[in-house]
Amino acid sequence: MHRLIADAPDARPRSGRSRSLALAAPLLAGSLVLSACGTRDDGSGDDGGQEATTVTIGFDAPLSKDLAAVGLGMRNSAQLAVKQANKNELVPGVTFELAAKDDQATPNIGQQNAAAFVADTSVIGVVGAYNSSVSAAMQSTLHDATMVQVSGANTAATLTQGARYKTDPQREYDNYFRTISTDAVAAPVMAEYFFKDLRIKKIATVDDKKTYGTGIVENFTEAYEKLGGKVAVHQSINPDESDYAAVVNSVKSSGAQGVFYGGEYPQAGPLKKQLVAAGFDGPMGGGDAVKDDQLIPLAGGKSADGVCAHSDGAPVDSLDSAKSFVADYKAAGYSEGYGVFGAYVYDATTALMKAVGAAVEANDGKVGDIAQLRPKVVDAMQKVAFDGATGKVGFDAYGDSVNQVISVNCVQDGAWKNGVKIVTVK
Amino acid sequence: MTATDVLQLLADGLVLGTMYGLIAVGYTMVYGILQIINFAHGEIYMLGGFGALFVYAWVPGLRAVSLWLALPVLLVAAVVVSVAAAVAAERFAYRPLRGAPRLAPLITAIGLSLFLQQVVFNFFTLPGGSVGVTAPVPFPQLPGEPLHLGGVTLSHAALLTLVVAALAMVVLTWFVARTRTGRAMQATAQDPKTARLMGIDTDRVIVVAFAIGALLAAVACVTQGLRLGTISYNMGFIAGLKGFTAAVLGGIGNIKGAMLGGVVLGVAEALASGLLPHLPALHMFGGSVWKDVWAFVILIVVLLIRPQGLLGERIADRA
Repeated sequence: MHRLIADAPDARPRSGRSRSLALAAPLLAGSLVLSACGTRDDGSGDDGGQEATTVTIGFDAPLSKDLAAVGLGMRNSAQLAVKQANKNELVPGVTFELAAKDDQATPNIGQQNAAAFVADTSVIGVVGAYNSSVSAAMQSTLHDATMVQVSGANTAATLTQGARYKTDPQREYDNYFRTISTDAVAAPVMAEYFFKDLRIKKIATVDDKKTYGTGIVENFTEAYEKLGGKVAVHQSINPDESDYAAVVNSVKSSGAQGVFYGGEYPQAGPLKKQLVAAGFDGPMGGGDAVKDDQLIPLAGGKSADGVCAHSDGAPVDSLDSAKSFVADYKAAGYSEGYGVFGAYVYDATTALMKAVGAAVEANDGKVGDIAQLRPKVVDAMQKVAFDGATGKVGFDAYGDSVNQVISVNCVQDGAWKNGVKIVTVK
Repeated sequence: MTATDVLQLLADGLVLGTMYGLIAVGYTMVYGILQIINFAHGEIYMLGGFGALFVYAWVPGLRAVSLWLALPVLLVAAVVVSVAAAVAAERFAYRPLRGAPRLAPLITAIGLSLFLQQVVFNFFTLPGGSVGVTAPVPFPQLPGEPLHLGGVTLSHAALLTLVVAALAMVVLTWFVARTRTGRAMQATAQDPKTARLMGIDTDRVIVVAFAIGALLAAVACVTQGLRLGTISYNMGFIAGLKGFTAAVLGGIGNIKGAMLGGVVLGVAEALASGLLPHLPALHMFGGSVWKDVWAFVILIVVLLIRPQGLLGERIADRA
């Protein structure tokens, strides 16, 4: 009977963030329950003593379906951090183990995974998830158990600062941390890049009427006008349609030198193509949902040149601090790449293990009962500070990373050039 | 807003409108004969584009030659896929329901439409890609710079849409008025029972009506793909809705009305999104957000004044 009531695939691309493109095929609720029971070790965590105690780090990300490549890269990075911690005896007397669960980029599966981690008394905290929407579903479950949740990929500002993050930021979950920067700081960076670096003084803004798209355009407009730029025209497209002739015409006749598009790459590509076809050759900006390799063929290859979109965090290849991570990752021989988020997940996992170390130390060097240790790890997590692969790792009063870095990436000669400009915000 | 800008808007609206018109013909022909609304027609249209793309991607050598040379192959592929789907839909989804209450084929059409969408969504595969298409896919593009005709920019694909639509209307008008099958269609549309008594194979006429509609829709989808650069598994929904609106606007059952309705709809949308924002008193009601509002305002006004549509005849309801 589960099949009848399981989620049906959406007839259209999901609204909201591209990362929440949870195009899950009908999923069997039953199989989730099964996967949630797969805990392998339960004999640990009894008494401290001289013997090494095993402490499990939970991990959650999409490990199957569309986003599997990203999720597996994140899991490998977490695995690498755990292996190195054990080898270097990061916490004397404690052997870490990683228990990875697949959330299929689906919030309700993530929530069930979180519940399974809470129930498993060997799990001290959770690294994950990839999708902001999945993390939002996990937060309260882990919060009730006062377990650390730390993500190296979530960029929605609401996760740390609440729904009114712009006017009245409030931290709802003191157990939630992240090592990557948020979308809220990204739009101003793009505004500055367009106004100062590209010298675009007059811009047209276009959104797709969705929360993410209108939000980023709003933030962009605010910052752009503050810099002295002028928004020549604002238009909206219907993401279900693919003919943007009307928008293209009004952009052209407005005299704008560039366009900023709030939305996702499936529409951004065709829009750019139609702009070029109509003879508009200005650059087009966008948020991280525009930064996708698929954008280039959708924009018609050559006409994709001049699309600039931000991504959160610095491109890992460009960081000196990440060199040893990159080398170790390659040496470990994982079949998936570490991707955009690998180094951030690596740091998130290390931060969690360091917090465990601090909590154990405060506990007279004993692990003791894991359920009782969990709140102490949350407290210790807040104070963690070290130099990781992505630079300074630490958390502010909201649980956000102290290291807020935004990269601007542009399409040049038919390929993404990452990190054209890298901005440290805080 | 110069005069050239207005001309550009009119040209864009005309191209969009003829595309709507090509889809609308399919709705109008099936309605004229069967009095059912084939809501899966939008998906028949979408299948045409994917048929063309499938052949283009999988047949070796097609990508090596200029798209102008490959275009006839793409069009044939699109037509074959769409017509096959439409004929199969008629045979297996609509014919068993002939004589059933009117709501039954309507529900079937909606189900069929979802089915066809999901088939493409889950199974359409490009070389080197994963199975299924979750996002818009790039469609091959005609080479060459757009044409500039007195300040108005038209792409090759837009011009192609206009030429194809004009040609299709001429041929279709001739077909319906002059050929044996065409006259059999008219007779069936007027009175199916009597037509059958006169020896007309009405089942065949119905299949032909579905096939012609699918043919025009397939061509429309290929020109749309060429013009906009992408096709997607759900493009048939909006296109079908607009095509149906155009058919009603022009007078459902009337082929010329369908094309006229499409053009009126397309031009109205273009002007609403491009011209209204520049008019002093109406600027807040303009822009692309408002274009559908104006399109349907026009539909409502026309139906209030002429319930039978622009070119429709006032006929007694045969239900």
